[in-house]
Amino acid sequence: MTAPTDADVVPVTVNGVEVEANAGELLIDACERNGVYIPRFCHHPRMKPVGMCRMCLVEVDAGRGASLQPSCMLPCTPGMIVDTESDLTKKAQDGVLEFLLINHPLDCPVCDKGGECPLQDQTMAYGPGESRFVEEKRHYEKPIPISDTVYLDRERCILCDRCTRFASEVAGDPLIHFQDRGSQTQVNTFPDEPFASYFSGNTVQICPVGALTAKPYRFKARPWDLEEVDSTFPNPMGDRVNVQSSRDRVLRIQGVDSDATNWGWLTDRDRFSFEALSHDQRLVTPLVRGDSLGNATDDGDELVATSWAVAVERAASAITASLEAGGAESIGVIGGANLTTEAQYVWAKLAKGVIGTDNVDAQLGDGLPAQVVTALPRNTISDAMAPGSAVVLLVDDPKEQFGTLFLRLRHAAVEGDITIVELSPIASGLGSLVTVGAHARPGDVGAVARAIVDGRTDVEVGGVEPAELQAAAAALAARAVTVIVGRPSVAEQAGPIIDAIAAFTELESVSFLPLLRRGNISGALDMGLTPGMLPGRTTLAEGGEWYRAAWGTVPADSGLDTAGMLEAAVDGSLTTLVLLGADPLADFPDADLASRGLAACRTVIAVDIFASSSVANADVVLPAAGFAEGAGTHTNLEGRLSPLMQKVNPPGTARADWLIAAELAWALRADLGIESPESAWAEIERLAPSHAGATVEQVRAAHDGLVIPRPDDAGADRPAMVSFSAPVPTEIVPVDGYALRLVADRRLYDQGTIVQHCASMAHQSDLARISMHPLDAAALGVRDGDLVRVTSARASIELPARPDRCVPRGRAVIPLNRAGADVRALIDLATVVTDVRVATL
Amino acid sequence: MSRLSPENVTIAEEIIARYPRPKSALIPLLHLAQEQDGHVADDAMTHVAELVGVTPAEVLGTCSFYEMFKRHEVGTYVVNVCTNISCQLLGGEELLHHAETVLGVKAGGTTDDGLFTIEDVECIAACTEAPCLQVNYRYRYHVTNDDFDQLVDDLRAGRATDVPEHGVLATVRQRIAGDRLAGVVPPEVATEAPVWLPDPAEERAR
Amino acid sequence: MGVNSYLAHAPGYVDNEGPKIVTGRFVHEDSHTLARSLATGGYDGLKRALEQSPTSIHDIVRDATLLGRGGAGFPAGVKWGFCPPGVWPRYLVVNGDESEPGTYKDRLLMQRDPHQLIEGSLIACYALGLSQCFLYVRGEMALAQERIAIALNEAYDAGLVGTNILGTDLSVDIVLHWGAGAYIVGEETALIESLEGNRGMPRLKPPFFPAAIGLYGKPTIVNNVETLANLPWIINNGAAAYKAFGSETSPGTRMFAVSGHVKRPGVYEVEHGTTTFRELLYGDNYCQGIRAGHELKMFIPGGGSAPWFFPEQLDLPLEARPVGAAGSMLGSGAIVVMDETTDAVKACLRVVRFFARESCGKCTPCREGTSWEETILQRIHDGLGRPGDIDMLLDIADNISPGPYPTAADEANGLDAVPFPPKQTTICPLGPSSVAPITSAIRRFRHEFEAKITARELIPVEATGP
Ligand SMILES: Cc1cc2nc3c(=O)[nH]c(=O)nc-3n(C[C@H](O)[C@H](O)[C@H](O)COP(=O)(O)O)c2cc1C
Ligand code: SF4
Ligand code: FES
Repeated sequence: MTAPTDADVVPVTVNGVEVEANAGELLIDACERNGVYIPRFCHHPRMKPVGMCRMCLVEVDAGRGASLQPSCMLPCTPGMIVDTESDLTKKAQDGVLEFLLINHPLDCPVCDKGGECPLQDQTMAYGPGESRFVEEKRHYEKPIPISDTVYLDRERCILCDRCTRFASEVAGDPLIHFQDRGSQTQVNTFPDEPFASYFSGNTVQICPVGALTAKPYRFKARPWDLEEVDSTFPNPMGDRVNVQSSRDRVLRIQGVDSDATNWGWLTDRDRFSFEALSHDQRLVTPLVRGDSLGNATDDGDELVATSWAVAVERAASAITASLEAGGAESIGVIGGANLTTEAQYVWAKLAKGVIGTDNVDAQLGDGLPAQVVTALPRNTISDAMAPGSAVVLLVDDPKEQFGTLFLRLRHAAVEGDITIVELSPIASGLGSLVTVGAHARPGDVGAVARAIVDGRTDVEVGGVEPAELQAAAAALAARAVTVIVGRPSVAEQAGPIIDAIAAFTELESVSFLPLLRRGNISGALDMGLTPGMLPGRTTLAEGGEWYRAAWGTVPADSGLDTAGMLEAAVDGSLTTLVLLGADPLADFPDADLASRGLAACRTVIAVDIFASSSVANADVVLPAAGFAEGAGTHTNLEGRLSPLMQKVNPPGTARADWLIAAELAWALRADLGIESPESAWAEIERLAPSHAGATVEQVRAAHDGLVIPRPDDAGADRPAMVSFSAPVPTEIVPVDGYALRLVADRRLYDQGTIVQHCASMAHQSDLARISMHPLDAAALGVRDGDLVRVTSARASIELPARPDRCVPRGRAVIPLNRAGADVRALIDLATVVTDVRVATL
Repeated sequence: MSRLSPENVTIAEEIIARYPRPKSALIPLLHLAQEQDGHVADDAMTHVAELVGVTPAEVLGTCSFYEMFKRHEVGTYVVNVCTNISCQLLGGEELLHHAETVLGVKAGGTTDDGLFTIEDVECIAACTEAPCLQVNYRYRYHVTNDDFDQLVDDLRAGRATDVPEHGVLATVRQRIAGDRLAGVVPPEVATEAPVWLPDPAEERAR
Repeated sequence: MGVNSYLAHAPGYVDNEGPKIVTGRFVHEDSHTLARSLATGGYDGLKRALEQSPTSIHDIVRDATLLGRGGAGFPAGVKWGFCPPGVWPRYLVVNGDESEPGTYKDRLLMQRDPHQLIEGSLIACYALGLSQCFLYVRGEMALAQERIAIALNEAYDAGLVGTNILGTDLSVDIVLHWGAGAYIVGEETALIESLEGNRGMPRLKPPFFPAAIGLYGKPTIVNNVETLANLPWIINNGAAAYKAFGSETSPGTRMFAVSGHVKRPGVYEVEHGTTTFRELLYGDNYCQGIRAGHELKMFIPGGGSAPWFFPEQLDLPLEARPVGAAGSMLGSGAIVVMDETTDAVKACLRVVRFFARESCGKCTPCREGTSWEETILQRIHDGLGRPGDIDMLLDIADNISPGPYPTAADEANGLDAVPFPPKQTTICPLGPSSVAPITSAIRRFRHEFEAKITARELIPVEATGP
């Protein structure tokens, strides 16, 4: 932020007092900033003014005499004189309120919004005592579902255009619209075309009355019964949220407007995910192997409930046994990406500093090496999308996976002067808002990036034509470039992506936003829950001494990643595996290896909130606290730290993840020296090179969070942070002319644990389908809906096909984690890409 | 009920091509749909949405704003009787009442045989010829009760040859031969002054 | 066809004596054809314009003080000057949505002389560098659409529209567009929304003129049909000749549609500013007086949106300023004459109902207020009025268009003018327009309202021809 200059400040007189407005600022906002609240219904700071409700009329003299003006549409001009309390203003506002009420039902006692309704509040504060309107009010059919999660009660609607503007302007899903005219105007969908938007829940939040209600919250609570706290949603964006509960149950999650991140928006998947928290299948007590009578016997077939003491003791003795028999390398930890940053640190300390193993991996074969991710110069989201900048997308479709980032990108593409170059193998939900779609063939993205960076754009590279290569180079030229990078397809290994990163690092002005899956993955990589790394973005080699001094011990050599651990389990060298909220059976790209690996382990210890398929086969199960059931700090893709607050108690005897680590350490006769998340944070701040200067007070105090590393030298005496070095480029795999190259990506609604434990979302996950370009489909004789057999070098699966213009030629797309067919069967992690052949049945 | 016929799709494409942005063609295309079916069917709206690249909800939003678009079947002949002030002064309401009595339906209703729909409409710009009405947007002036009865007879008997079926407005379409077309001017592409302005600088100086 | 008579092919138009600037060709049965147009000087104005520089054409129009005929009466030459320099493309939108109650002159101009309108539009495009023209015709006017379609087809074939017009550099397409029934679309920003395929809801102001930001966000000139129809004559005859007609501030002629209780209702081309209401309503050359045996009660001087006038305003000239000073407007040139048989409450209700039905629904006061006004007027008219209804009506009016309004006491003390132009709590003047008939009728005929509320008797209305 540059300091405001005189030209940016506009003097305005509000109710006789001179105040300072920012140039171009709307009068309604300037007044609010200066403590004068003007009532409003249609104005929303994140959407364009429409001036529809007329509630914000105030008397303004901008040099041509005083008159009533809607303050939500009026940019401040120097010398403006405003009277928000004059008789004229009051009369106009009372008049508008009366107009709004004449057709508004008096059902506040049964309305979800009752108690937090601006219309109700206004009426109480200023409204006429008695209605002068004696006729029958307007009537519509009572609440109608307009989507799976949202109900619309048109009688309550005051036609403020917020939901409809959100749908078209913000989400780009104009599926609800005004219909009819004049006093008959209503909001509605097209017949039989629901408001199927990933963002529909936001309309419920911004509706100023109770016209839009969310199914998961309807009639569940009265606003005055709710307790609330501002927190952070544990997704890679670190969306700011307000968590609301009643009687120790989370009942609602609302977005909080943070300039830096989500601007108040949330995806439906996150907003309604609280349904899972109170699901009756939550793990509420520790479980161990036992017999059918419920006795905890070492080799029983059942999981039986037990005490924490017994369960922790079992876990500790399994670890001790492995340590004695095979050394620290015979123990591994998979997962941890969903923990708080503090818990991640504590688990890293337990694994690396107590047990002494470096077999720790928070990513399940679908991420990027921490040595790369933590070494890249990062940007903030806002700077990445500042006017005049360029964004490269080499990541999963943000609309499907990182919804609020998608909304920010969409806004920047529509409103701002930014260019977007898409390198991901298929087009994203941004559609035509993308400046250039240079959709690289899986395996060739490194070469494509190289061609763009070097300006070698005269021949086709990796399925991208010269015209697109040139357009991409032009779109990036002379702009500050931010590469948003992740793993767009698990059927393409990380190598080509790292090659692309290496090419982009050569651009003159470039930074990165690593966008990987799983809630707090940035925290996990920062905290060293990954082989070869230690907390604070430093390596074993670089930071070993420092941590050895602090912790007592640190592994000498780099350990195994998830694939390595599972293979080691199969060959017997790894005998105890801890699953930290991880479900390799469902979530590791090689399902077969996962199942053989887990089966071969002598002991599997699972820390989780649900009994996923992997957990169901564990030997010791430790129930963990979920979102809003514990406190800590979240780290988002920018490295932004923000507080995660506790709102309710965990169910049963479930415990916070950090505490489980501390207890396990205790049972291993070690003292981690950590008593609380705060004490964990103090240690992080004291030790981690990247976190120097980020005290807990500072994190809590900053409204938009705090981005690390801090730009000072508080950490000068600490080990150096890792720096990026380009690896040997991956070899390009030739295309098999008869095959299609596989893309395995993810969609918002899938068979994932949380979605499946939310009543309003579980059924929204479609069946698996294979999509390909219509011309490819035609060449194979495949029509829409045909069942096809898809065969890779490894296996074949059967599923229905769908021709889709958005898929470039020569590629086939199958979403992961959908019912009907498991695309992972086709993927061989040993090959860079997977080619498949498709045949009709 | 029905999407646009192939012939009408050709016409629709011609119309769309005249506008800098496809959505501008929405109202003409909805008229085309109404011309085809006598009303604007849901499927036609979906089809129009595809043709101009918007959602069906947006098409319905526009369609429902304009009262000429009928979203349900109406009579072959839609009789619009004006009752606005000039006509009211000279018997417009009485004429409407007579029409309702003769046809046996209230304003807004359609006769059982599906031939007539009566509407009570706002000023149709023939105020000096009051009371007046339109049948499928063809005027009748100074309409007496007898005139109205005669009109109904004529329509029933197919004698009112100037009145096409409901949905047809102009019976001649604009056509622009390819070599005569100056070309649409898209707002984002054409950013230069047109050639016939000899010196835009001169204008700037003014 | 003789003078002083209806023309059979142009019902409503009265071919009176006086200068003819826009209706000159109406006397010909085939005035709408290209052949007739060319035979009577059609497109000469365009040719003459093309011989001069675009800026000099703009200068002529500015000099002529051609006032807009759509309602607001803003000088066209000045409005044209609001196009920001250097921003391209610019568009022309011809406002042929004529729907104001009582108004119809644009329909006749489009039906009877489409080539004159095409020529006028091309002259505007040439003068300002407008690169595409959209001719927006009201949806209900099937014949006007048809005549324009035919005229455009002829003109394209004759090289008068399209690429390299008359062999010059001027290349402009004129696209016939038509609406689907919504009065509000006549408002210029709603017209642009509608032309973009949207619901016809007015846009926020500022910007106050689409000339700055209009169609697709580009500079756009919106002019009324009659305004543009004046251009060929002005270019052919020069600004001085134009100003020789009419008054100094309102030069030229204007088309007025006089309807209601006059002997010879019709659309007249009348010298602007010199003729008075009395002459127009009573003169032999015009309407020839109130229908036999009756006398004037009130008249609407400029379309449904205009506050009403009464016999004492008859001597005002047909000129914007004095009419405005007297508290009303010439608006769209629609005069509705009502004699003593007219029920003031019923007339008021009918006009208010129009606004209630035509509100676009965007602004709360207009959406809810106009239909509430209608409800109250309806119940008063039905003999179900309540004491206090009159003041409540005025108070609701005040919330749509802040007053002050005359009270019963004012009426006793001689009349207080209705505030004009109206103040608004809304985006556009539609809602506030609904207040005009209410305040007009109540301040003059409060006793009729009271009579209905207390005596509950209907005033008999005679519904017969002139
Ligand atoms: C509610 C409303 C309705 C209007 N209807 C029309 C109309 O039907 N025709 C018209 O030409 N102008 C109409 N206008 C005026 C236009 O907004 C605009 O001023 C006019 O088209 C400009 O053309 P002019 O400058 O040539 O008069 C209307 C304005 C309002 C506020
Ligand atoms: S005043 Fe009425 S018509 Fe005008 S914008 Fe507002 S709601 Fe629409
Ligand atoms: S808040 Fe300003 S008009 Fe609604």
